[in-house]
Amino acid sequence: MTRKTVLNETHRALGAKMVDFGGWDMPLNYGSQIEEHHAVRRHAGMFDVSHMTVVDLHGGRCREFLRHLLANDIDKLKTTGKALYSCMLNEGGGVIDDLIVYYLGEDFFRAVVNAATRDKDLAWIERHAQPFGVEVRERRDYAMIAVQGPEAREAVLGLLDADAAAVVRKLGKFSAAEVAAPDGAPLFVARTGYTGEDGFEIVLPTGAAAGLWERLREAGVAPAGLGARDTLRLEAGMNLYGQDMDETVTPWEANLGWTVALEGDRDFIGRAALERRKAEAHSVLVGIVMDDKGVLRHGQRVLTPAGEGEILSGIFAPTLGKAIGFARVPQGAGEALHVDIRGREVPVRVVKYPFVREGRPREGI
Amino acid sequence: MQEIPGDLKFMKSHEWARVEDQGTVTVGISDHAQGLLGDVVYVELPSVGDHVKAGTACAVVESVKAASDLYAPVSGEVVAINEALPDRPETINEDPYGDGWVLQIRPDNLAGDLDELLDPDAYAESIEGED
Repeated sequence: MTRKTVLNETHRALGAKMVDFGGWDMPLNYGSQIEEHHAVRRHAGMFDVSHMTVVDLHGGRCREFLRHLLANDIDKLKTTGKALYSCMLNEGGGVIDDLIVYYLGEDFFRAVVNAATRDKDLAWIERHAQPFGVEVRERRDYAMIAVQGPEAREAVLGLLDADAAAVVRKLGKFSAAEVAAPDGAPLFVARTGYTGEDGFEIVLPTGAAAGLWERLREAGVAPAGLGARDTLRLEAGMNLYGQDMDETVTPWEANLGWTVALEGDRDFIGRAALERRKAEAHSVLVGIVMDDKGVLRHGQRVLTPAGEGEILSGIFAPTLGKAIGFARVPQGAGEALHVDIRGREVPVRVVKYPFVREGRPREGI
Repeated sequence: MQEIPGDLKFMKSHEWARVEDQGTVTVGISDHAQGLLGDVVYVELPSVGDHVKAGTACAVVESVKAASDLYAPVSGEVVAINEALPDRPETINEDPYGDGWVLQIRPDNLAGDLDELLDPDAYAESIEGED
């Protein structure tokens, strides 16, 4: 059965082209995906991300539980409101999901996990929370709107009264706070996102979502769909679960080693397998750019001197005017690779990413 | 949706064909097709002089969403390609029946091939109910 967010009618009224995404009926675009992409890079755009799963964790042993559950170290969170990006691994070190967790108190953490992985994530979290006496509460009463772009923060601040604006204005990157909207609705505002731009992700009661969406639109924020979300996140060098990593690979194979905290002897799920894997030869994820005309796409074959690889995520990058991608290739594949596009071997370059930073192509790309 | 010009013939796979005064056939994709594809970002064209066969792929139109083969509505020799498309592929979105044309074919068997194509009303009917 297809699920709908509380903004479904709003999207349809705006003429959105709707698609199924992980069992949800979501807007792909509202006309032109490329214009929506540019709106976010140059001004401000907003995404309905209410399909994502908000999970509140309550209990005195929350931190202890998360120390065990997550590959990143929850003890990096020392200040209320701070957020951490982490993978959640199975015993074999495979990635069950990637998530953001917010520290809201020693007995209250909030996690946001992916939509398509909701069922298995909840089952896994609940199973492991039980011994710690941590209560796992899915917040289906919440919607979520991401407002992103160089003008996003000002657009949101302009909708708040002075007290709330003062709090939100002070939010550092990867931090969140709860404030009241002028109509009294509680807004959980986080300075996080999935576009590489500044902005906020706002969690709020479903009943208040359509109102906030409309006020943001009046403030000049452009509605943007999943299509633009995908090109923005890839330009920003961010992984997409299910495409760039899944349970068949460890963070080492997804270039997510930076999110794994192996310091000390913290006993987290998957640790033993990760340590073994690290010492073995394994494939790696690299960023690639294609200077020839054409489009890189998921599933294309990558040819390297060290053997074959494949494109995980591939797009035409609107900010760059050319195709970019993530590829999984054997170790030692080198810098000059080829991609098989309909039988043609097209040269591509391995590059450091993010491909786009602060709205501009990274040097050398 | 843009109105379908009356002088066009269509394939079910959304290509249009227009017989020009000099007897060549101009080919493009329908407004409906460009809407399905979304923003077009790349077009792979055949070479002038290539021979194409009706019902087989002769070009590729790639959008942000997918790569899509363009099938030749008639058999014959490619006598022109739209040289503007590699630099401005979005022309296909903006003007699918005009400046967004893709190629021109000098047909081998015009009358026979045309019989296989749909007139605008039949095409409109075939896409009715499609998203």
